[in-house]
Amino acid sequence: MSSLLQVDKLTAGFGMTPILFEVDLELSPGELVALIGANGAGKSTLLGALSGLVQLFGGTVRFDGRTLTGLRPERIVASGLVHVPQGRRLFSTMTVERNLLLGAYRRRDRQVHVDLERILKYFPALGDKLDRDAGTLSGGEQQMVAIGRGLMGRPKLLMIDEPSLGLAPNIVDRVMEIVKAINQDGTAVLLVEQDVVLALEIADRAYVLENGRIVMSGPASNLRRDPAIRKAYLGV
Amino acid sequence: MSLLTARDVGKRFGGVKALDGVTFAVEAGDVLGIIGPNGAGKTTLLNCISGLHRPDTGDIRWEAASISGMAPYRIARLGIGRTFQIVRPFPSMTVRENTAMGALFGRPQGRLQPGAALAVADQVLDVVGLGEKRHYPVLRLTVSDRKRLEVARALAMQPRLLLLDEVMAGLNHVEVEEALEMVRRVHQSGVTIVLIEHVMKVIVGVCRRALVLNFGRTLVEGPPAEVLKDPRVIEAYLGERYARAQQATAPPPSAPHPDAPPQGGRENPDEREEVEE
Repeated sequence: MSSLLQVDKLTAGFGMTPILFEVDLELSPGELVALIGANGAGKSTLLGALSGLVQLFGGTVRFDGRTLTGLRPERIVASGLVHVPQGRRLFSTMTVERNLLLGAYRRRDRQVHVDLERILKYFPALGDKLDRDAGTLSGGEQQMVAIGRGLMGRPKLLMIDEPSLGLAPNIVDRVMEIVKAINQDGTAVLLVEQDVVLALEIADRAYVLENGRIVMSGPASNLRRDPAIRKAYLGV
Repeated sequence: MSLLTARDVGKRFGGVKALDGVTFAVEAGDVLGIIGPNGAGKTTLLNCISGLHRPDTGDIRWEAASISGMAPYRIARLGIGRTFQIVRPFPSMTVRENTAMGALFGRPQGRLQPGAALAVADQVLDVVGLGEKRHYPVLRLTVSDRKRLEVARALAMQPRLLLLDEVMAGLNHVEVEEALEMVRRVHQSGVTIVLIEHVMKVIVGVCRRALVLNFGRTLVEGPPAEVLKDPRVIEAYLGERYARAQQATAPPPSAPHPDAPPQGGRENPDEREEVEE
């Protein structure tokens, strides 16, 4: 099967300091892949590098048959690779609806409002809150807006960075069900998640990042049973 | 006399009742966990205690004296330290200098000289496990270390009561264990703790009591082991997946925290479910 995303020997970082070293990663259309690792391992930096927000020092990124290496972030979004950043990063004094529409900022087609209706089906809780300022929503609802905004860019691959951050346990479950549903409807997902148990429960495959290097990868079900993973990330 | 008493505390933002008649007490030496859904009023409660918000109704007392509506810096100097969910260290300073700020300005005994403040910083950085990184610029710290720094800055004020607002968010299971050890060390050094946390391992691991807020009201209060099994808490907050996992890996049902006082769960008799927004 031809891959949707193909990352080869990617080295990237800030200033002169590399954070990621020769990262290889591959993702097929429709897959849900988890990226796990300790804080500071480079997970968010990797998402940033794929989005064009972090400087690449070397390597290539191919996506959907094109080379993304060196493209500007807005061009990368246009190609269908969309990033839902850690901590939601909404415009808190703008309404929920406008936040969602901002995800379609670069689109010029006439389907934007159709998409908005379609996307709201994933988030029934937002239906009657479109006119509220995003900053007045609960943490779980804000995460839903952030994911919805990502979907408004019509992604082929949605990269979601720590959606469970700061959320109540039952809301974490809800958000993960939504991520799973989005994936089952055909959008590939690259999920960074600190709750490794949860990530490995819903993912097809996973990569483990340590100190900027991929140290392990495989089907999520295998990693769940791996003694090294259990000790390092599950604390058992 | 309790160290801290909150009686009938209410706080409204426009049409939203963020807190609606919350009453509880914290005894010296306690570790109280506050849990509840996002938007239940947990952070608003800490903000009322630390003076960022003035409660609309009710009263908050520190020992005998009312502190409702007192300026935050004065409350801090009474001995109530806190951390914030979004950490805001001074980016141009080292870990040690950031920590010394708490000692310079926040202590009950008044301002310290810079040298003495740095000495306090070194002490508390050892307590939180950042001793070896004290000369790092804060921008080099990982998320979990930034949370530790946040605790260090509050500890440098030498609080008798420490309010921790989600210091474990974003940490993985192993990092949570390390952070738990830190909280235990702080507690053993004689500091009373109130913490907000969504990580149940923390609530079970260090808290003697848990207070569950829902829609600004107390839903349940009691020993963590009992509270986390309460069907109302599972319904409003924990969810079915947690309940199943809890059953699957349950420690013996009657094994509360070793330090837990022999005390029954106090329940809010007024348990309405409707929301006001």
